[in-house]
Amino acid sequence: MNSLKTITALFKKDLLLEIRQQYSFYGVLLYVISTIFVLYLAMGQPEDDVWNGLFWMIQLFVCVNAVAKSFLQESKGRMLYFYSIAGPVDFILSKLLFNALLMLVMSLMSLLLFLVLMGNPLRQPFQFVGLATLGGVSLSLVFTFLAAIASKAQQQAALMAILGFPIIIPQLLLLMKIATIAFSSVIQAGLGQMVLLLIGLDAMVVVLAIILFPFLWKD
Amino acid sequence: MIRKSWWKILTTVLLLYTFIAGFLIKVPHVGNLYGSIRNFFFHVPMWFGMMVLLLVSVVYAIKYLRNPTTDADIYSREYAKAGVLFGVLGLITGAIWANYTWGEAWSNDPKQLLAAIALLIYAAYFILRNSVPDLDKRAKLGAVYNVFAFAMLFPTLWIIPRMVESLHPGGKGVEGNPGMGGDSLDSVMATVFVPAILGWTLLGVWTTTLRIRFEQLKEKQPVNG
Repeated sequence: MNSLKTITALFKKDLLLEIRQQYSFYGVLLYVISTIFVLYLAMGQPEDDVWNGLFWMIQLFVCVNAVAKSFLQESKGRMLYFYSIAGPVDFILSKLLFNALLMLVMSLMSLLLFLVLMGNPLRQPFQFVGLATLGGVSLSLVFTFLAAIASKAQQQAALMAILGFPIIIPQLLLLMKIATIAFSSVIQAGLGQMVLLLIGLDAMVVVLAIILFPFLWKD
Repeated sequence: MIRKSWWKILTTVLLLYTFIAGFLIKVPHVGNLYGSIRNFFFHVPMWFGMMVLLLVSVVYAIKYLRNPTTDADIYSREYAKAGVLFGVLGLITGAIWANYTWGEAWSNDPKQLLAAIALLIYAAYFILRNSVPDLDKRAKLGAVYNVFAFAMLFPTLWIIPRMVESLHPGGKGVEGNPGMGGDSLDSVMATVFVPAILGWTLLGVWTTTLRIRFEQLKEKQPVNG
């Protein structure tokens, strides 16, 4: 149970940093609010499928911004310190957990703002809330792993977008496809299969991160 | 085996057979495909070739992670390059085919889209490599990303295409394996199709081995040589 302890300790450290500094949380929050406000000014209250598409695109950009800093903020010296006190698997798991939580909050915030500003086309709001949580977590998992890769290269922030956008397309396509159910009162066939596939993708990303991160870790 | 010549002769013979027999045999009459069904011997083997080459690439990436050697890195990189080349050729041959049978070269068919996405993911592999100046680090990051990119082929090429409706054979509501052309692969077609897959794949391997030897020579040269 030693690794569980380490994970919680690292997770707590990220959470505490967030609460004390409050810089990145409000930074991303402001980003969310201003983007959605600009969208509102530009589009007013759009059609269902435009609403859906915009929502997931905003999620994508919020995720890049929120998750990118998770590895960039750690200086070389601090990484060395973590290296001496924790294993790589504990470290990446704590990061995955923390980013999933951060993205969860951001997804729900942006959903709320979307509902307030861009109108409410949702026929089945509860399913969409569930999907937004799942989607936010899925995006954060992929981008956390990519941030870990990008943090070892130069021009980290730009590289993350370059690596991330092609990789995230299958997930985004799935999410948008599943999300259409929330706009109609008819239940679509093959829905459970798609949700399962999405969860399977998430599981694959987590497993890959656990297997591959130890190689990135030692420098 | 790599330096032996029998498999290079075999490649040449198989490809000659593919071109000659592929254009001469009597093909079945399927829907509105008419003679364009002969593209089956060129378009589909490209994807088989791509999958084999990318598989070899990821095997060498894993080998590199277990035991870092320059050779494993060169193998992994060059096989990935050849795999992407085959993928691009697959897209182009497909687009030409689609132009005649579906009326337009690109019709946002799920299989077209996802294949393009898979290639974009691999394109990011080369961008990532070039963005790292340190050679060891470049090889290591490249190997890690290569494994990840290969894992992304499962949803993009092998799972999602079978779940959605498509103009291609295979997929939701259509019988058959997307790679095998469904019912239209009769025994006459198979006599050309199987050698074609083998021939094109071997050609990919042959090209890659030449590239690898070239890169290994460059590696041995002095820096400014």
